Amino acid sequence: MNNKEAVIRTSGVTKIYDSGEIQVEALRGINLVIKPGELVAIMGASGSGKSTMLNILGCLDYPSGGDYHLDGIHINNLDRDQLADIRNKKIGFVFQGFNLLARTSAFENVELPLLYSRRQEIGDLEQLTRQALERVGLGDRTHHFPNQLSGGQQQRVAIARALVNHPAIVLADEPTGNLDTRTSIEIMATFQELNRQGITIILVTHEHDIADYCKRIIEFRDGHIIRDQEVAHPRDAHRDLETGQFQISGLGERP
Amino acid sequence: MKWKNLIKVAFKSIVKNKMRTLLTMLGIIIGVAAVIVMVAIGKGAEKRIQDQIASMGTNLIMVYPGSMQSRGVRMGADSGVRLSLDDVDRLKKTATLIDAVSPVVRTGVQVIGGSGNWNTIVYGGSEQYLEIRDWDLTSGDNFTANDIRAQNKICVIGQTIVKNLFPDEDPVGQQLRLRNVPFKVIGILKERGQNAFGMDQDDVIIAPYSTVLYRLSGHVHINQIIARASSLEQMKAAQVEITAIMRESHKLPEGEDDDFTVRNQTDIASTAQETTQVLTILLASIASISLLVGGIGIMNIMLVSVTERTHEIGIRMAIGARSRDILVQFLIEAIVLSLSGGLIGVLIGFGATWIVHQATGWNTVIAPQNVFLSFGFAGAVGIFFGYYPARKAAALNPIEALRYE
Ligand SMILES: Nc1ncnc2c1ncn2[C@@H]1O[C@H](COP(=O)(O)OP(=O)(O)O)[C@@H](O)[C@H]1O
Ligand SMILES: [Mg+2]
Repeated sequence: MNNKEAVIRTSGVTKIYDSGEIQVEALRGINLVIKPGELVAIMGASGSGKSTMLNILGCLDYPSGGDYHLDGIHINNLDRDQLADIRNKKIGFVFQGFNLLARTSAFENVELPLLYSRRQEIGDLEQLTRQALERVGLGDRTHHFPNQLSGGQQQRVAIARALVNHPAIVLADEPTGNLDTRTSIEIMATFQELNRQGITIILVTHEHDIADYCKRIIEFRDGHIIRDQEVAHPRDAHRDLETGQFQISGLGERP
Repeated sequence: MKWKNLIKVAFKSIVKNKMRTLLTMLGIIIGVAAVIVMVAIGKGAEKRIQDQIASMGTNLIMVYPGSMQSRGVRMGADSGVRLSLDDVDRLKKTATLIDAVSPVVRTGVQVIGGSGNWNTIVYGGSEQYLEIRDWDLTSGDNFTANDIRAQNKICVIGQTIVKNLFPDEDPVGQQLRLRNVPFKVIGILKERGQNAFGMDQDDVIIAPYSTVLYRLSGHVHINQIIARASSLEQMKAAQVEITAIMRESHKLPEGEDDDFTVRNQTDIASTAQETTQVLTILLASIASISLLVGGIGIMNIMLVSVTERTHEIGIRMAIGARSRDILVQFLIEAIVLSLSGGLIGVLIGFGATWIVHQATGWNTVIAPQNVFLSFGFAGAVGIFFGYYPARKAAALNPIEALRYE
């Protein structure tokens, strides 16, 4: 297979956390190919290695072994600065806890990746920032501070920040983990909308009802992939919001 | 990352944390203000001494008994060697580079007259004494060579004597009793104020040296000889000439040390200036210490803020900030903080200097180079003490920084 075709290609990726006496094998040889336009859910019990995988895919951490190609670039051999540039250009990261800068307006939070960009011709920063905020439906909230926004709105700001540099892929680690049911579905609606526009998205979740909105589900256990299947008919978050169907399904009320 | 953007990011961070910004700057503000005020006071004292030495009289040359070492320690002052009127005569007759000379005989007396009594110092001099000291009269006359020959009991008096003994009447023509010897006041000196050492120069009586020597002092030697060089350019030559004449007068064989000391204003000025320069350096170093403490304050708060902002640094790295971007951001923050602290410190220093001047009447001089120096020093302090915390911030691992709460 051609590397260029896949956004993400890993072969035999391992991660060992070595803290002196104890060694934790968080990933034990992951082979994964993600193609453009996919909407993937990574599932698995707590401690199964989901976040570790996402951090490596997001170039926040180095794998201990194996190879990782992102958008055709062999990541293993890059230094700190090159990884920083990859994170800036090719990856949009969305966290469970939003990770917005405090006392900094939505606009300034979203603009930040553009400020760190090393691209020569990047365009009009203000226009790019505004476009990203509009894509997540926050065109009217640009000058609010994080503490003036609801959790769902904060996560939208974080998604806008992830989008602003037009990355090859958006990675989200439990993006709905801190949100109530309705807001979670709203965020999934946003992800589905962005995916329809062609953005490749991988999100980590341990909730089946969230994974049901994705086109592909990968399940982790003890650092292995134990299941990887396409979903024939993903749920439509927009429709669920309109019909209010998610309430009947009892999402979010599980222990 | 582009410089413009880095500066933007650093400024936003500064504006966002007003309390931290203020606390960080406070040390620098106080340090710079202290340097400005203290140096201004020291420089003011220097200038005041310079002015007063200039007011002592132009082209003034002084001869003291005993040899004086270069650092101003007088040696052999009590070795019995005296200056005599013969020395004065000889200088008057043979010296070609001076146009006036006078002995100085000094003695403390109690004065009775006018409305009470007063303790002061009587200076005995020749009719050229006032001319050499560049001192004018406000009324009356100076005494003459005839008065000296005749040992007339007349005098001119300073303003402090006038104020204390003749507050409401014209002293000219009045009688004063100096150690019970009656003297007639014939002239009044112009006000001179304090000298460089804080002594009231107007608290004096000046009389013919012959009268002071033979009717008043009880001793027959003179304390000092003063002379005026015919021109400023001839100053050094005049001193050499005076030295030669004095050696001849004292019959000193070749190879033997002088038993007298010839000095001019510049020597005295440089001694006084050295003293005040020491004062300025002392004040400046005290103030520099506070600037240093201010710098350590910057480092302290920047270090705390690295810990406090670890999570923020993680976020910045996660969205693509390089280590160098973080380093430069922290450095810019430190430099901007210390430079704006420096600027505020300069302004407060100006204000405080003015207040000190108003409150105490001390001379103050704000030299531009000191302002630039302390401002520049503040910037250097920012870079120096900002670098370590900035390095620490830049070296953080993005994943660990993000996990930090
Ligand atoms: N920084 C770390 N140091 C040591 N062990 C870690 C570290 N991060 C994660 N682990 C371990 O690696 C395993 C996988 O963790 P993680 O990827 O966070 O799982 P998940 O996100 O699926 O809950 C766990 O056993 C966890 O304890
Ligand atoms: Mg996790």
